[in-house]
Amino acid sequence: MSGANRIAGKGRLTPARTVRFTFDGQALTAVEGDTLASALIANGIHLTGRSFKYHRPRGMLSAGPEEPNALMDIGRDSARRTPNVRATVQEVFDGMQAKSQNRWPSLSFDIGAVNNLASPMFAAGFYYKTFMWPKAAWKKLYEPVIRNAAGLGVSPSERDPDHYANHHAHCDVLVIGGGVAGLAAALSAAHAGAEVIICDEQPEMGGAFRHETDTTIAGKSGFDWAQAVVAELRAMDNVRVLTRTTAFGYQAQNHVGLVERVTEHLAAPDARLPRERMWQVRARQVVIATGAIERHMVFANNDRPGIMLASAARTFLNHFGVAVGARVGVYTANDSAYNAAFDLKRAGVSIPVIVDVRPQVDAALLARAADLGIEVLTGHAVVDTKGSLRVRSMKVARIGGGGGKDYAIDALIMSSGWTPSVHMYSQSRGKVVWDEASERFLPGVHPQASMSIGACNGTDDLNETIAEAVRAGRESAEKAGVASGGGWAPPAAVAGTSWAGNMMGSGEGAGPDTTVKAFVDFQNDVTAKDIRLAVREGMESIEHVKRFTTNGMATDQGKTSNIHGLAIAAEMLDRPLPKVGLTTFRSPYTPVTFGAIVNHSRGALFDPTRKTPMHDWEAAHGAVFEDVGQWKRAWYYPRTGEDMHQAVNRECRTVREAAGLFDASTLGKIEVVGPDAAAFLNLLYTNSWDKLEPGRCKYGIMLREDGFIYDDGVVGRMAEDRFHVTTTTGGAPRVMHHMEDYLQTEFPHLKVWLTSTSEQWAVIAVQGPKAREIIAPLVEGIDMSSEAMPHMSVREGRICGVPTRLFRMSFTGEAGFEVNVPADYGKAVWEAIWARAEPMGACAYGTEAMHVLRAEKGYIIVGQDTDGTVTPDDAGLNWAVAKKKPDFVGIRGMKRPDLVREGRKQLVGLQTRDPKIVLEEGAQIVADPNQTVPMKMLGHVTSSYWSENCGRSIAMGVVAGGRSLMGQTLYVPMPDRTIEVTVTDTVFIDKQGERLNG
Amino acid sequence: MADIAHAHRSEPLSGRVAGAAGVTVTPAPAAGRVALRVNPSEAGQLSSILGLALPLSPKTSVTTETGRMALWLGPDEWLLIDASVDAGPHLTSALCEAGVLVSAVDVSHRNTAILVEGAGAQATLESGCPQNLSLTAFPVGACSRTVLGKIEVVILRTGAEAFRVECWRSFSDYAFTFLADAAGDALA
Repeated sequence: MSGANRIAGKGRLTPARTVRFTFDGQALTAVEGDTLASALIANGIHLTGRSFKYHRPRGMLSAGPEEPNALMDIGRDSARRTPNVRATVQEVFDGMQAKSQNRWPSLSFDIGAVNNLASPMFAAGFYYKTFMWPKAAWKKLYEPVIRNAAGLGVSPSERDPDHYANHHAHCDVLVIGGGVAGLAAALSAAHAGAEVIICDEQPEMGGAFRHETDTTIAGKSGFDWAQAVVAELRAMDNVRVLTRTTAFGYQAQNHVGLVERVTEHLAAPDARLPRERMWQVRARQVVIATGAIERHMVFANNDRPGIMLASAARTFLNHFGVAVGARVGVYTANDSAYNAAFDLKRAGVSIPVIVDVRPQVDAALLARAADLGIEVLTGHAVVDTKGSLRVRSMKVARIGGGGGKDYAIDALIMSSGWTPSVHMYSQSRGKVVWDEASERFLPGVHPQASMSIGACNGTDDLNETIAEAVRAGRESAEKAGVASGGGWAPPAAVAGTSWAGNMMGSGEGAGPDTTVKAFVDFQNDVTAKDIRLAVREGMESIEHVKRFTTNGMATDQGKTSNIHGLAIAAEMLDRPLPKVGLTTFRSPYTPVTFGAIVNHSRGALFDPTRKTPMHDWEAAHGAVFEDVGQWKRAWYYPRTGEDMHQAVNRECRTVREAAGLFDASTLGKIEVVGPDAAAFLNLLYTNSWDKLEPGRCKYGIMLREDGFIYDDGVVGRMAEDRFHVTTTTGGAPRVMHHMEDYLQTEFPHLKVWLTSTSEQWAVIAVQGPKAREIIAPLVEGIDMSSEAMPHMSVREGRICGVPTRLFRMSFTGEAGFEVNVPADYGKAVWEAIWARAEPMGACAYGTEAMHVLRAEKGYIIVGQDTDGTVTPDDAGLNWAVAKKKPDFVGIRGMKRPDLVREGRKQLVGLQTRDPKIVLEEGAQIVADPNQTVPMKMLGHVTSSYWSENCGRSIAMGVVAGGRSLMGQTLYVPMPDRTIEVTVTDTVFIDKQGERLNG
Repeated sequence: MADIAHAHRSEPLSGRVAGAAGVTVTPAPAAGRVALRVNPSEAGQLSSILGLALPLSPKTSVTTETGRMALWLGPDEWLLIDASVDAGPHLTSALCEAGVLVSAVDVSHRNTAILVEGAGAQATLESGCPQNLSLTAFPVGACSRTVLGKIEVVILRTGAEAFRVECWRSFSDYAFTFLADAAGDALA
């Protein structure tokens, strides 16, 4: 037996198909298709959690996604655990482990419940008031205690072993919601020829027919008709039917996010299936058919386990075959709760009384109640309940009459009416409009290509809903431009339930003169009293009331509480309800897991890892890699027994004594081609390019409009109309965009085109006195003699039989070459050069040695020695700024008063008095170390290394008026000591530059 | 100089294979490629050199019987792909000497390509590409510079159930791994 409250012959599950699960360690049996909520109630369990703030015992309020109370930790195994899952949507699978949350030491005895007694302390806004003093205690004491006591589940700590998928989908018509309206609209659109996607969050479509069993459509029960429609839709090629799929976010241009729970309900999922699948749908037209959500009644102690929405009780009975109690009270302001009572009564449940706040009720309903022997009290209210871990009685009083009579019950079902579910419409930027006649917010003008139909649009009548849906399906197909001749005629339908009746705000016994706990928002423990307090404290805007009380926040997003909260605030403010306004609904409609959002982008796919053509060789030769943006670059090549310092020292020494090979493939490269190529570069760089002959190259500086250095690099002229531009590794994409941007917007008259060739070329830098000797025998068609190929020249020829662009250039201060070969040849050419280089005493060197070697020569690295506020003059690069050019990007910026004033920070060399001390990069520089803190800071260290070649530490830094301080002593105050430095020029080795021409 | 050995090619995806039911993901053979820029009004003058008429409509391509493809990437931009691995330098020089103002740049090694084929090919790409890749919106021959997951790619539909995905060399590992991952959920 799968629970004592299972009623034979009721519901749509197959009783023989049982599954086992545990709840807080207790082994229980459910039926396949049960939600955790229905399974627990079948087993007589209503107590499922403790409330957020007061730790009050709570049970299921609903049977759907609006559930505020029954949040569970659902586990499959220790790594597959999800907190804060709504028991009302989680399907039970064999072996499932469910745990209640926010209770200690146990659900039935919870220490935190003391908060309930101390509740005056925890009134609305208490965060902002109670814990103001002393200030220091907030971080150390109050916040940790509050966070521990209040709160929801605990996030899992193990790596998620499951995988998730993503699909972009396009369709003519997306239908959100698979109730009668959505199904009719989908069928209508599909028959009209549209490509249709219809999604619904439940395992079976049918919407309200999950609980409402009195309706017939086309001669079938509503639910059976829905299943027949689904079968018809599934059989059509132009329709995709997605169940267990929630539309959670309606973005711009009809981009709607859906999340499909693929394996969450399965005991032994196929490992190839994703746990969840994200659908990013672009729809030409969207039909919103999201129905309505029932509201609870706001009265004293309306939150005890066993008190729930009438539609929930009806769902548990009619869909799952579970009775929510044996003796069930009914408290309503809406007709539909009567049908729930009738269904329960006919299933053998005792209904002691239906309490209706309305003085007048439809005679037919009263007659049916009388037929079933159910007492109805109109003009009455439930004013209180009793029962600690489950409701056991309710007190019923005549409205305005006082006193009251107690009824023994073990469950209480309630309805104050139905709130149209306008979340998707609101997310699409739609503004809701108050409908005075029906007293509810409805969709107004749809700002995107969408329409709302059925209950979410305020259409209550069944036949009107179907007609509206059929029209919407047809119209959507027409607007999407795909409607063909076909169509679908609406079926005949007979409605069985009236949805009339509406009450908003607090009821009898919970008015402004009372201090009872009448809950408005169950999840955040917000009572009617809290809303009133917020208004009394000056919160007039509903947005302020929401934030002060937290009404409508948290995972349920106020699905049941918003309207009640608004009505109470409006009553207190004595304003019409629409004048107080409704808070905006935001994505997501229901919680979405990180797994679904991240989907494929985890592990190796979290971010692209870019490797150069020589990467495998470098790895095989022991390189340690560093991340430079997405690139993996060889950092240094330690030999056995070497630490980083020793390896870098050896590499630096070897390059200057013999030679070194360096992988420079990651440098950005742009081919600039066209008759105006030189004119274009004149405008993009500070340098002048007119006189650069083909076959020569030059170091160039690029500024932003504001006159600060943006990038630098060597540019080679391959032909009159063709330049080979190089950029920094990190600057490659943005420099390309910067150039393209200027070309298209500022200089469109120039005949020139840009092509990124960063990855066309593998680049092998061979630097050092033996560089030429190493590569010359491999090169064909190029005279490499110093006379024929001087420093800063470029030649085309072949190396190892493949085409090369051979640059004679240097970023080390040594004579050297940069061998560019088509990328797929990079590894083979590197190996060929290495085969010659190694016996000659050369080494491979990494980015760290490269940094040291260039610093020894005072070559800057953009982004290290510059920070976006450094001009060419600040960097000592005035020589690279053409004086006679009329225009280039940054020329006006460079003339701004602040950029030409005295005393700007200038790049200088820094030598520590003690040559063994290596400064810290980023350390501040001061003139007088004995000042009081905060000291006047002159600048900071930008580059600092141990230089094995200099036999001492070297550094560069930017210092205010630095070039006028040559030879002077400055100070670098550190936490443990103050370091004396002497200001020098930035070249530490071979000041004459003789080695370059060797 | 006679003893210089010709350096061999190391293709970035060589040896990789992936797929799932209804999808194969395989590296395409090496090819010649040229990034071509020319004013569209003068594009017709290149037809005899190219052996094809450059397509002038967005998202279209032309493929010759010899396996040369021209993909429209922008109003004045095409990607030429040739089955011959040596076509890059030859085509570049020929285009530069055509007497028409062009920019022709050999990018044979910049790009690499992945072939995605089978009943689940379209769904595989849809995992990472937000474009509408249905046969009506993206028929055989359609091409587009677009995104796949977190990278830029050029997608060319070579058949109802066959796509060629061009990406830059260093992104090919990501592209291949992504497509292999996505293939597993293609026939959902």
